[in-house]
Amino acid sequence: MSIDSALLRLLTACCLVGLAGATAAEPSPARRQELIHLVRQDCGSCHGMTLQGGLGPALLPRTLADKPAEGLVATIVYGRPGTAMPPWQGFLAEEEARWIVGRLLEGFPK
Amino acid sequence: MKAALHLLRLLAAVLLLSACAGTPLRESGSAVQLRGTGDLGLVIERASGQVTLVNTSIREAYARIGGLGDLSHASVVYSRDARYAYVFGRDGGLSKIDLLEARIVKRVMQSGNAIGGSISQDGRIVVAQNYTPGGIKAFDADTLELLSEVPAEYAPGKFSKVVGLADVPGNRFAYALFDGGEIWVSDFTDPKKPVTQRFPAGQQPYDGLVTPNGRHYLAGLFGEDGIAMLDLWQPEQGARKILEKYGRGEEKLPVFKMPHLRGWSMAAGRAWLPAIGRHEVLMADADTWRETGRVAVKGQPVFVMASPDGRQIWVNFAFPDNGWVQVIDTLSGKLVQTLQPGKAVLHMEFTPRGEAVWISARDDNRVLIYDTRTFRQLGSLPVEAPSGIFFTSRAARIGF
Ligand code: HEC
Repeated sequence: MSIDSALLRLLTACCLVGLAGATAAEPSPARRQELIHLVRQDCGSCHGMTLQGGLGPALLPRTLADKPAEGLVATIVYGRPGTAMPPWQGFLAEEEARWIVGRLLEGFPK
Repeated sequence: MKAALHLLRLLAAVLLLSACAGTPLRESGSAVQLRGTGDLGLVIERASGQVTLVNTSIREAYARIGGLGDLSHASVVYSRDARYAYVFGRDGGLSKIDLLEARIVKRVMQSGNAIGGSISQDGRIVVAQNYTPGGIKAFDADTLELLSEVPAEYAPGKFSKVVGLADVPGNRFAYALFDGGEIWVSDFTDPKKPVTQRFPAGQQPYDGLVTPNGRHYLAGLFGEDGIAMLDLWQPEQGARKILEKYGRGEEKLPVFKMPHLRGWSMAAGRAWLPAIGRHEVLMADADTWRETGRVAVKGQPVFVMASPDGRQIWVNFAFPDNGWVQVIDTLSGKLVQTLQPGKAVLHMEFTPRGEAVWISARDDNRVLIYDTRTFRQLGSLPVEAPSGIFFTSRAARIGF
């Protein structure tokens, strides 16, 4: 009984986390516009406004295709110490970084 | 009837003229007015591939020219007669614009990924600096015909991004290799056969500047605390490091945009430079190059620009502090003004004698004009996503 309820609780918790993840994975339309602007303009200062690369590498579907998405998410959130890639965790939630990586992999919206 | 037809034809001719020239924003009477260019300039419209031509005497835009490609991070140099602007686009486009006729006179695609350029002391050679393929390329300033190139191959098969290109006396150009950690000086005495000298500089130089007298080339280092300095009057001494360990071993703050070193950052006998990863402007004595102090500011400085008389330093900042501009008085070394000109301030440019400063606020789609004495706003212009502002007074400066 107690094991069952513990399991139930765990399951609900998992579901909830999953749900939270799922909803957060889709930023609101307004926030999406902000994220697109941020990537084009502020990431663009190093990666180029068209994301073809600059001081930082190109962020195009063909240059990112064979890189694990989670690694790219971590790069955005935590930066890459020792390189010019800064951490964005103060401005982007992990789910938002994941949304950005998703869009980068399919060709970033204008 | 005949008169009406004649008028129509005339109108068509005028329309045609304005179609191949940029779009004039006002009727100016005759097509080409006899006038100088000393009070003209242009503003880059970062997102739309256009430039807006401006007049700093009447503080107005007078034409808009499109079709210039990707202008993010675009920069401009002027011909020595200050009539033509050379616009270096991010996509490798190099365009020559006639400020008087408000039209593109020549345009070439010179590389895949460029970040700026420079013009030689004698005005005959325009040089572009490129990220990929890393190196510099020299063009005839009249025809934009390719003359020669220097690939930034710092080790066999390894090419570096080139940053901080500046013209220096003797038809030479100094620049830094971000990946190669070196300063190179290429002599274009024979424009088709440049001769290059290499100097080890330090880790990841991110930009460079030459002092207004053309003597010292400074390259800011990203990979270490310090600045590499080459005395171009005594290059045999090599590059040495100044302002070493200004971070005092403390953890660097994240840098969300690379600072630029270009600008009159020599003022009142001192060099004024952005610290990397610190919210500070560094001061160094221009004779000994020793640190003489630092000024705490709002954020990571991007441009640290001295007014033409050297009395003030205007500073803008990287994301997320890019809504601020601060002003330092060079006599006291203290902040005297903090302004909020608009959203995403990207660049500032002083009028030739510095009575006003023009500031671009990208996300407000505006250029704002401030009085440098009273700090009052004198006016503003609507410009789509403005970034760099370049006035013709640059034509006569070493290192611009
Ligand atoms: C100050 C410059 C700078 C800014 C601003 C910047 N980056 Fe980067 N970024 C870099 C550099 C440099 C690298 C390469 C790091 C290395 O050498 O591994 C990089 C790497 C990356 C990578 C990994 C690419 C790969 O091929 O592995 C991603 C993804 C990325 N950046 C996304 C972003 C996003 C998204 C933003 C804006 C939220 C951003 N960057 C802003 C400099 C920058």
